[in-house]
Amino acid sequence: MEARPIAELRAVTKRYGVVTAARGLNLSIRPGEFLSFLGPSGCGKTTALRMLAGFEQATEGEVLIDGRVVNGVPPYLRPVNMVFQQYALFPHMNVAQNVGYGLNQRRPRPSRAEVAAEVERALQMVRLAGFSDRRVWEMSGGQQQRVALARAIVNRPKILLLDEPMAALDKKLRHEMQIELKSLQRELGITFVLVTHDQEEALSMSDRVCIMDHGQIAQIGTPEDLYDRPQSRYVADFVGRSNFIPAWVMGMVGDHIRAEGPEGLSFTARTGAPLTIGTEILLSLRPEDIQLALAGAPDGHPMRITHRIFLGEHTEYHLSSSAIDHLVTVVPRGADAVLRNLTVGTEVAVCWREGAPLALTRD
Amino acid sequence: MRLYVIAVYLFLYIPIGIIALFSFNAGRHAAQFAGFSTQWYGKALDNPFVIDALKTSFTVAMTSALLATVCGTLAAVALQGIRGRLRMVYDALIYMAVMVPGIVIGIATLITLVTVFDTLNPLLATLFGGKAPPQLGLGKGSLIAAHGLFTMALVIVIVRARLQGMDRTLLEAAADLGAPPMRSFVQITLPQIAPAVLAGFLLAFTFSFDDFIVAFFVAGSETTLPIYVFSSIRRGVTPEINAIGAMVMAASLVLLITAQMILRPRKR
Ligand SMILES: Nc1ncnc2c1ncn2[C@@H]1O[C@H](COP(=O)(O)OP(=O)(O)OP(=O)(O)O)[C@@H](O)[C@H]1O
Ligand SMILES: [Mg+2]
Repeated sequence: MEARPIAELRAVTKRYGVVTAARGLNLSIRPGEFLSFLGPSGCGKTTALRMLAGFEQATEGEVLIDGRVVNGVPPYLRPVNMVFQQYALFPHMNVAQNVGYGLNQRRPRPSRAEVAAEVERALQMVRLAGFSDRRVWEMSGGQQQRVALARAIVNRPKILLLDEPMAALDKKLRHEMQIELKSLQRELGITFVLVTHDQEEALSMSDRVCIMDHGQIAQIGTPEDLYDRPQSRYVADFVGRSNFIPAWVMGMVGDHIRAEGPEGLSFTARTGAPLTIGTEILLSLRPEDIQLALAGAPDGHPMRITHRIFLGEHTEYHLSSSAIDHLVTVVPRGADAVLRNLTVGTEVAVCWREGAPLALTRD
Repeated sequence: MRLYVIAVYLFLYIPIGIIALFSFNAGRHAAQFAGFSTQWYGKALDNPFVIDALKTSFTVAMTSALLATVCGTLAAVALQGIRGRLRMVYDALIYMAVMVPGIVIGIATLITLVTVFDTLNPLLATLFGGKAPPQLGLGKGSLIAAHGLFTMALVIVIVRARLQGMDRTLLEAAADLGAPPMRSFVQITLPQIAPAVLAGFLLAFTFSFDDFIVAFFVAGSETTLPIYVFSSIRRGVTPEINAIGAMVMAASLVLLITAQMILRPRKR
């Protein structure tokens, strides 16, 4: 039996006038998990997060936190805390006053000594011990972010909400911060809900990722799940990259399907759900699942190289044939030197394992 | 172009300079300079009429500025919560209040007050009966009311500008950390807008302290410093008047410059 969810969205819709920012969201967040909302700009990630924080109220549906319906409950009464994108540190307070702000709002008010001790502990956790008396505007972007983090975790929230907390940091710092954030989450055991449009960030940090598309949830799952078993072209395209080939279902072979593509090309594909014969589908084929061979190899589909892009750890080829007009594949650095140095215009043969393509329903 | 600018500044400041200069005149005629002396400052400050007028001006300026600051700040905060077309209407009304000429405000306030008094006084008379029923009339009260009203618009404009520059997410952060609206207003909003509130107060004080036109209409039998100066001038400009003018001007300048410095944008 699964533990009771720490938070839930039940058929939640949010409208701003004529704009529907979130539509029929259904989601349960498990205690202690690291969940990310991932999607392109304007897909409603922030809206979903702000409804959990209490800054926005759902137009329809119910928001539950810790088993309690919190529709209409203002942010200051919710047991969650947020790390804002621009940090929103109080400029007229020093670091310790910022971090202690939440504790000082408690009634009955904790003693000064208690607050000071908690603040010091939180600052230690974000590796800012000794910065208590600093003015916040005297700190670097990375340090300000840590202060914002400390200010939130010091309250031991049931859920920590993070809205693109790393967006303002440079790439290297962002990477460090991601690792730190992840270990902090393990240490504290607090549920983290992160909003990001950076798929690498979402995949590397999260236990589960919720992919959003135009205000709706496209798919929820572990990073591996989303990569290996996307349920739609949108998800397959957003998580990693993929080639898409139109095809028709010809029959079932065990749990695989047999499909026929353009010019009678035949595929054996995995499928998430049973499909009826004759259905139009899209086959998703990851670049790294495609093997390249010299022209004339048995069972290979003949194609011509149209682009070669050297990317260091692998070489990317763009291929074309009369049946498939665009296919991307990668050859790792460890592969045969001949395969890594093919020139544009060369005829090659491509093949893939049986079951490497994934059948997606067409939408 | 350079010359033109210099000429403009000369025209602006020569009369003021002359007043300041002649306030140090040793002779008693305003037109000819007869050596340096500070005697007129002493004379002015010994004059009981001047001191009385100064006291009245100070009381009125202080009270009306305090009122304007409190009401204006609250109004600015409330206006911040209004969106859309209604807000445009309010904004337009506020700016209009700032721009209306003093003489219009003076006459309008006078007519309004007199009308109100005329309807209320008989009512009070019947209510209290007796020989000496309380009488409403022009005086310090009406001065404070009139000054408070037109300087309030000023405070609203200044505080609004600062509020608009304030990061809204600070309030969300405070709410997120458990502060109810009243507390986050006191702990976050007020410190953020404090410079604007203080500057608003100083400007309101200066406007009220220096105002002649509005005061002229609604002062009743009260004499503020500008009214005293005006009535003395009718008996001729003396170095004493120059000294008073120079002092008022110096005080006003100090207040205005302070307000300007407070409002100057700083980092964060
Ligand atoms: N206060 C608001 N008033 C009107 N429309 C809004 C408001 N907030 C968000 N929207 C709209 O709702 C939609 C979703 O916005 P949201 O901020 O949730 O997107 P997002 O996924 O966080 O995007 P981004 O990655 O750019 O931050 C957008 O179309 C946006 O224009
Ligand atoms: Mg957003």
